[in-house]
Amino acid sequence: MTEPLLHVTGLTTELGDPTRPARVVDGLTLDIRPGETFALLGESGCGKSMTALSLMRLLPPSGRITAGSVQLGGTELLSLTEAEMRQVRGGRMAMIFQEPQTSLNPVLTVGTQIGEAVRLHQGETRQRLGAERAVELLRAVGIPDPEQRLNEYPHQLSGGMKQRVMIAMALAGDPRLLIADEPTTALDVTIQAQVLRLLKAVQSANGLAVLLITHDLGVVAETAERLAVMYAGQIVETAPVAEFFAQPLHPYSRHLLESLPDAGKRGRRLAVIPGRVPPLDTPFQGCRFVERCPAAIKRCRLEAPEWRAFSDERGVRCHLAELDAAGVSSRPVSDRTDSPTPEPLSPTSDPNSPPSDTPTETAQVPLLTMRGLQVHFPIHQGVLRRVVGHVRAVDGISLDLYAGRTLALVGESGCGKTTAGKGLLQLVPPTGGSVRYRGQELIGLSHRRLRPFRKDLQIVFQDPFASMNPRMLVGDILGEGLQALRLAPKRAERMRRVAELLELVGLDPESADRYPHEFSGGQRQRLCIARALAVEPRILVCDEPTSALDVSVQAQILNLLKDLQERLGLAYLFITHDLSVVSYLAHEVAVMYLGRVVEHGRVADVLDDPRHPYTRALLSAVPVVDPEQRRQIIRLEGDMPSPRHPPSGCHFHPRCPEAIEVCRHHYPVETRLGSTRRVCCHCVDVGVATQTNGDSKIRS
Amino acid sequence: MPLIPVVLWTDALVFLLLAVTALFAVWAARHEHLRAPWRRVVRSRIGVATLVVLSAYAVVGLLDTVHFRLKLDRADESGEVRYAPEVLSLLDLALSGLRERQEKTYSAPFATHLHAKEALDQPDGTVIRDYPRLQHGGAHLADPERDRAWDIAWRSLIGLVQGLILWALLAAGLVWWLARRHGQPFDAVRNRILKGQTQIPWRTALGTLGLVLVLAFVIGELALKYHVLGTDKVGEDVLYQALKSIRTGLLIGTLTTLIMLPAAILLGIMAGYFRGWIDDLIQYLYTTLNSIPGVLLIAATILMLQVYMSNHADEFASLVERADLRLLFLCLILGVTSWTGLCRLLRGEALKLREIDYVQAAQALGVGHFTIIARHILPNVMHIVLITLVLDFSGLVLAEAVLSYVNIGVDPTMNSWGNMINSARLELARDPIVWWSLAAAFLFMFTLVLAANLFADVVRDAFDPRLRGV
Amino acid sequence: MTAYIVRRLLYAIPILIGVNLLTFMLFFVVNSPDDMARMHLGQKRVTEEAIQSWKAERGYDRPLLYNAEADGLASLTDTILFQKSVKLFVFQFGSSDDGRDIGYDISQRMWPSLAIAVPVLLIGLAFNISYALFIVFFRATYVDIGSVVLLVAMMSISGLFYIIGGQFLIGKLWHLAPISGYDQGLNAWKFLILPVIVGVVAGIGSGTRWYRTLFLEEIGRDYVRTARAKGLSERVVLFRHVLRNALIPILTGVVVVLPLLFMGSLITESFFGIPGLGSYTIDAISNQDFAIVRAMVFLGAVLYILGLILTDISYTLVDPRVRLQ
Repeated sequence: MTEPLLHVTGLTTELGDPTRPARVVDGLTLDIRPGETFALLGESGCGKSMTALSLMRLLPPSGRITAGSVQLGGTELLSLTEAEMRQVRGGRMAMIFQEPQTSLNPVLTVGTQIGEAVRLHQGETRQRLGAERAVELLRAVGIPDPEQRLNEYPHQLSGGMKQRVMIAMALAGDPRLLIADEPTTALDVTIQAQVLRLLKAVQSANGLAVLLITHDLGVVAETAERLAVMYAGQIVETAPVAEFFAQPLHPYSRHLLESLPDAGKRGRRLAVIPGRVPPLDTPFQGCRFVERCPAAIKRCRLEAPEWRAFSDERGVRCHLAELDAAGVSSRPVSDRTDSPTPEPLSPTSDPNSPPSDTPTETAQVPLLTMRGLQVHFPIHQGVLRRVVGHVRAVDGISLDLYAGRTLALVGESGCGKTTAGKGLLQLVPPTGGSVRYRGQELIGLSHRRLRPFRKDLQIVFQDPFASMNPRMLVGDILGEGLQALRLAPKRAERMRRVAELLELVGLDPESADRYPHEFSGGQRQRLCIARALAVEPRILVCDEPTSALDVSVQAQILNLLKDLQERLGLAYLFITHDLSVVSYLAHEVAVMYLGRVVEHGRVADVLDDPRHPYTRALLSAVPVVDPEQRRQIIRLEGDMPSPRHPPSGCHFHPRCPEAIEVCRHHYPVETRLGSTRRVCCHCVDVGVATQTNGDSKIRS
Repeated sequence: MPLIPVVLWTDALVFLLLAVTALFAVWAARHEHLRAPWRRVVRSRIGVATLVVLSAYAVVGLLDTVHFRLKLDRADESGEVRYAPEVLSLLDLALSGLRERQEKTYSAPFATHLHAKEALDQPDGTVIRDYPRLQHGGAHLADPERDRAWDIAWRSLIGLVQGLILWALLAAGLVWWLARRHGQPFDAVRNRILKGQTQIPWRTALGTLGLVLVLAFVIGELALKYHVLGTDKVGEDVLYQALKSIRTGLLIGTLTTLIMLPAAILLGIMAGYFRGWIDDLIQYLYTTLNSIPGVLLIAATILMLQVYMSNHADEFASLVERADLRLLFLCLILGVTSWTGLCRLLRGEALKLREIDYVQAAQALGVGHFTIIARHILPNVMHIVLITLVLDFSGLVLAEAVLSYVNIGVDPTMNSWGNMINSARLELARDPIVWWSLAAAFLFMFTLVLAANLFADVVRDAFDPRLRGV
Repeated sequence: MTAYIVRRLLYAIPILIGVNLLTFMLFFVVNSPDDMARMHLGQKRVTEEAIQSWKAERGYDRPLLYNAEADGLASLTDTILFQKSVKLFVFQFGSSDDGRDIGYDISQRMWPSLAIAVPVLLIGLAFNISYALFIVFFRATYVDIGSVVLLVAMMSISGLFYIIGGQFLIGKLWHLAPISGYDQGLNAWKFLILPVIVGVVAGIGSGTRWYRTLFLEEIGRDYVRTARAKGLSERVVLFRHVLRNALIPILTGVVVVLPLLFMGSLITESFFGIPGLGSYTIDAISNQDFAIVRAMVFLGAVLYILGLILTDISYTLVDPRVRLQ
């Protein structure tokens, strides 16, 4: 057993008013060995970022460490003076943050910012040495043209590049431990893959230990060796990663895994964890998870569970695990509980063949057809603000929406998927193409002529906190559409409908008299869905409705959306960047790149056998929990180009590993593969599947 | 009837302002999101202390806003009831002693003699140059040299006791009311207030109130026999002037914002929400207005007003009315120069809000533009309006002094701190120096502006969502 | 960049036309030249001839907008609108009511104004930034709390009292500097001491408080946390990172007032007897000399717009993120 690099015992951190503090980290104990990747996993608000800041002693002014010990290589950090601690920060222990956009100083060049870290920790006072080392570091993190980049400012770099600069800066002091606080959460999945790969590479090259803080189970599974699960300020379970995913011990861990959507759970309900993380400023009597735990027994309420270690590497904080004694429990969740059990939605459904893939689908008449939709934003320049070009946010996409079916629109940020959704609803005026709803053209209708169609086309937004007016009562928010479209002009009638809607989305009808801020993120998203459903629409555009939510809450919303579709026969346009959600929920999928759809088809077809190189790269970059499903990652270099100046020929060719000469000059025409499948690539051979990725199967 | 009420233009606007405030208070009390920030305000110690001070000013100002003309004692031959031409306010009535006890010229605070020597006829027929006794200030003292200090101390004590008695009554009333409301025994509530354990810091509020009351009563008692702050060049009591100036200061600070508010809100939100040519037009409007230096615009307008008034002197019934109209006009023009800042802020906020999801959702639900503005945008910019309102107040009070100094402020016949400073500064060269008018204006202004600034800080902290939760 | 500046300059034209029309309305339409003449000549017993000759002397005897008696172009140019307002566009300010050339007066009087305004601005800026940094360095201690109370109190005092107090203390009581007056050329320095000190002190309250807020806002940002995580000391974080970012709003806020420095300060100059543009304006206001007021309004508008353009340009110089389109 090697000596741990970082040895934390009983770390307790409080935030806020000393008379009623929020104990955001409560008695945290963990060890990190030299050279390993240790993941701290938890949902938002569980205290994992505060743990990292406590280790660095960088807490916000209202925070303080009240107990515990942090030893780094034998040095007790908590008893160092501030000046000594500064030597450790950026020296033996470095940190990178979640938001590369805001974490770099906008008015200093990259070279200055790396240089000051170099000079500080290597005693190299002369500018020249600092610059040389900075170039070296930039090269080490895979930034092309490092000499050039030294003189650039952060805003000239893309998000992924900024995160690389952050890593370079962290490496400047040659640290032994790197704390990475959600390093890839703000990045797109292909960029995330680049950054995670880089982290692995620098780790093995420098032999440093990484404390990876994340909420993403896939990221943990692919990068970490050991993990600790945090809940409400405490560690509830530690385990080697492989063991954890094979056999999670704590009920919370188990539910977290169960609630992950993927293709295998199609047709079933996802497991959900009811309720929300308890507030940390109240004292706890029993287990912190008891209110949400379906397996709770009486003892859980009365007595806080002690930490129970099974071995050096495994431990859990749960009474039930103690009952199971040393024999590690292998009982599935469903043995203890009935409510969150994954149950089939309907008796006929079979997980491997989604119920709605019925043969009649092609015969159905589409509810809405979109042909060649364009949304271009003009770029003005010059003395007279003449239009010199366009940002081609959406550049000719064609989709059909059918009643009772879900079309997923997938792509990375900036590809125009949200604009496409808003263009469909005429919330941004399209500049070309056609959107026909039941045969009636919507583009070009005036505000008033559009009104009758508002009832049938609705939208749910990504951010549940920004999508409800904080100054209005929930009842008025839900009733707004009924009032505006004169569906229920009388208040009493409206409130009756509101009560029904609240019940429909699984909320208490009393909620109508409360304000949005009294609800949690997941509840708010239910309210937003209820608001959209109030006018009984036929089509619902869901714009990343779950990406701001924790995974357990996401499951609730996905279940709800699925139920509602079954019951009301809604057509969904589901806009997302998350392929696991697509595989769980959607029937058809359209992959967007730089304003255009590059591949379109049934979910099973596209995800199992992606034909477009971009789709393949996207799929391979998604971190997967199950090692058997893991694909070989296709390296995608660079970032998505700006829709202002799309590359000539195929938009994807500068990044495409399979690009050939013709790709540089001509945008590929659409190739039809079968009745439902369309791909835009020069390299697609009709009828013959490309063989480059034989192992790229989601399911065996 | 012994009097007929006179409603000046500014009086009417003040009453309108009061009505609007009362309506807003009722509205806010029913809406949690409006009540919550105010609750934060009254739970801050600085908040309640400044509120008490500001209320004291407001009471004086309001007393000075109820105007009327008194009935003359004797009717004329026809038996018709006649009213005095002089327009008085409640405050004038309450301070009639101060108003009427005029001296000849300057006298220092608490003086018993004039500030300047005069030729005095002695009983024996000779004439000497000496400081003559004041007609009113300390006139009751037989030997001022010997008795004055004791008399002042004694009267202060009487005032102090009176103030404390009233304060004790009020405090007891408050505790009784709190006890009844919370259903707790009187003693328990009192103890909690004394220990400072109440959510609203009643201890601070009562402390400040006590200070204000004691001060008011001590000065009131002394003012019966002395000129507490001296007299000015024509022998008018400076304390009276300073008190009368309160209304002017408050009016400038509040009416200006009230006048500019509708335009700023409407135009700012419209520019941000509709964008396009409406935005261009409104932006042009405020850039143009903004590009004229404020003081010069005010100067030009007031000069023009003066020309107009002097050429149409017969259109104004009385001096008071004329001064009042000028004050109103000053508020108006100050409003014109100050609405642009708020307008620009609101435009920026409306630009942000129109893209926010809940506005987009409302658009997707087919809600009309004006409903969206009224329901979604206006309530979400109100905190900006309120913060601007309180932040502007102190600046406007200070601006009045400067403008009056340049002779483009309020009418020279109107009592205002600016006019007090203006007429007093020339006398600084005198020896011994005449300092009391300046000191009085300084004290009254400083207290008001300081309280307003501190209060504005508390309000901003309570309302600004960016500053919350840190 | 050039295109941007050209466009901004073009945009200034309609604004200046607006300003011009507004002043024209104010000075010639609300009150006719007859009204002004009557005002100047005294209210009572003014003969019609006196009014006419007053107007003729000052060129106000033309029609407002259209001269029916003149021919051709002159029917438009020989009007009050053209002679008194349009000519402002080429900086022909005409002569004041007592017959002096306004343009010449302005060119003479702007130097004393600058001699006060520039030192006040620079010293004030240096002092306020240093004091704000000092407060921020000791944030959340008694230094911070005490300073904030002091600053709010200083803000609550009218500028008039700073001048009166300064004159009384420094000039009259301590005899450290002359109370008022001015001298030509370099001899002016001793007359500048008092107004500059007063100007700086009067600006401390609001200035320092604003800078403190700016600094505190920057300190809460993510990049500061990154800088601390590198192990930088609080001093370096404050000076290299926070100050650099906070200087952007500070500098651009200064740039916008730079051109207006020419206009001088009304109150200070008249109190201290400095023959600058500020006291020029004040005198014009109290003498009711509308020609000067009109000229100053227009000049002020031009300088303000210039300030706005300079602000935008200065953004591109100090903030690497801003590129003008």
